[in-house]
Amino acid sequence: MITAKELTKRYARTTAVDQITFEVAKGQIVGFLGPNGAGKTTTMRMLTCFLPPSAGTATVAGFDVLEQPLEVKKRIGYLPETPPIYPEMDTSEYLKFVGKLKGLSGAELQKRVDYVCDRCAIADVKSKLLGKLSKGYRQRVGLAQAIIHNPDVLILDEPTAGLDPKQINETRDLIRGLAGDHTIILSTHILPEVEQTCEQVIIINKGKLVATDSVRNLQARARGAEAVVLEVAGRNGNLEPATVQQKLEQVSGVSRVLCKNQVDSRAVFEVESKGAFVRGDLARAVVDAGWDLNELRPAAVSLEEIFLQLTQSESPAEAVQAAAEGAQQ
Amino acid sequence: MRNALIICRKELRSYFVSPVAYILLIMFGLIFGYFFWTALTYFTLEGMEMQMRGQMYPMNLNEQVIRPLLQNVSFVGCLFFIPIITMRLFAEEKRNGTIELLVTSPIRDMEIIIGKWLAALALYSCILLLTVLNFAFLFRYGNPDWKPLAIGFLGLLLQAGALLAVGTFISTLTKNQIIAATVTYGVVILLWVLDWVSQFESATWARVLSYISVVPHFNSFVRGVLDSKDAVFYATVIFLGLFLTARSMESLRWRS
Repeated sequence: MITAKELTKRYARTTAVDQITFEVAKGQIVGFLGPNGAGKTTTMRMLTCFLPPSAGTATVAGFDVLEQPLEVKKRIGYLPETPPIYPEMDTSEYLKFVGKLKGLSGAELQKRVDYVCDRCAIADVKSKLLGKLSKGYRQRVGLAQAIIHNPDVLILDEPTAGLDPKQINETRDLIRGLAGDHTIILSTHILPEVEQTCEQVIIINKGKLVATDSVRNLQARARGAEAVVLEVAGRNGNLEPATVQQKLEQVSGVSRVLCKNQVDSRAVFEVESKGAFVRGDLARAVVDAGWDLNELRPAAVSLEEIFLQLTQSESPAEAVQAAAEGAQQ
Repeated sequence: MRNALIICRKELRSYFVSPVAYILLIMFGLIFGYFFWTALTYFTLEGMEMQMRGQMYPMNLNEQVIRPLLQNVSFVGCLFFIPIITMRLFAEEKRNGTIELLVTSPIRDMEIIIGKWLAALALYSCILLLTVLNFAFLFRYGNPDWKPLAIGFLGLLLQAGALLAVGTFISTLTKNQIIAATVTYGVVILLWVLDWVSQFESATWARVLSYISVVPHFNSFVRGVLDSKDAVFYATVIFLGLFLTARSMESLRWRS
């Protein structure tokens, strides 16, 4: 649905986006990830035909952004970083205006306005002036505006920025609900958002593509080994972490044990194992030794760690390497 | 064209939901009312004086009232109102970030530009419409010729259209409305006074300068003469202004 080939944007002195290549299949939700100033917005602006690329090509639904911008624009719904609203219009008037710009008219326009108001939960502010709406509502009006013409592709620049946690959840649900009919690219620097909403991640840093993969693959790649966190408590008020550690290390398949912290008679350990499934043996070892097992859970490597590993290294190749190594250590 | 009209309607609406349009209308109404009153009072006084002296010079409403009034309208309208009308056209969109919505919508740049320019022209026409009320009195109590008046109005619209196109272009250059207005004031005033050189110099460069000025081209219209040469001049400026606006919009994207 979307392809970018060596997409580059140079400004007078800086290169904002440097030879980014990626592909997004129809119906996917893709998270566009990177620290502030990484080039996310610039890339999105190139895909929406707002900025022409300096080099490279991008196509949306088979149309080139430079050759056939009108065709591309017809198929794209775009929510910029700040929702592009006119403060002196009211919500339904604004949506009608945008709908007309996108080529809707008559009964169909009215139907779509009602639909997006319903979908984005803004029906109750339909006759309010946009300038008087709260940030959360503005953001949702912005989203409504992006989907009003039922576009194939949605490009959302930080759709949840500035929302409160409840609104963030609602917006995520909304975006997830839109996938399938729409191909969605959303940019963010909030990681749990990507973990929760996206199937695929594109990570860029300083204008360069660092990684593009599915969320699951990225986690697997960074993990390399399975890690388990367990909390152990002594029965009668005293616990010797060193003894526990020794005991845990003796369980077959365990490659490394790390005492994370200790409070009174409780201690938290992180246990890594290579390949083997050791949770049952660990639990038995603890209980057999006469201690209490308070907690036992897999330690998922969060996208956060991957992200930091990937974006803090110098070159992309090194970064992936470092990510893999970092997890194995 | 449909898209240009969508933009035009939206622009007109935002003129009229904000106080801008009303303030312009009120101020113009006040100023023109005063112009009209003084012009007419002077005309009647002169008429009475002539009757008392027994002289019978031909008195002509068209030449002695309407013509100076049209000239004053053109002066006040262009010099004071046009920069206020055009300053927000693009500067405001750029400040609000709504330009991103317009540019990523499936419409052509030129449709956006023409829509906005048409809206500005429509607002200016509303302002001119106020004067119809006063002129109606002349037709009720006198018998002026309507044709020169109509051609005068056409001239006013063409002249305004040209300067509005220039103002629209200037509005694309900045996101600050004050800057847009100030620069437009400067350019409009310059275009106004360029023909002053013709008073003391008749070399080619002076003739060119004076030709660029928007004032001399208005003189034929105000006399009730429809001179295609002058109409073409205004049409050219309109075209040039809108063309520059389009280039400027394009360059926004290359630079931004």
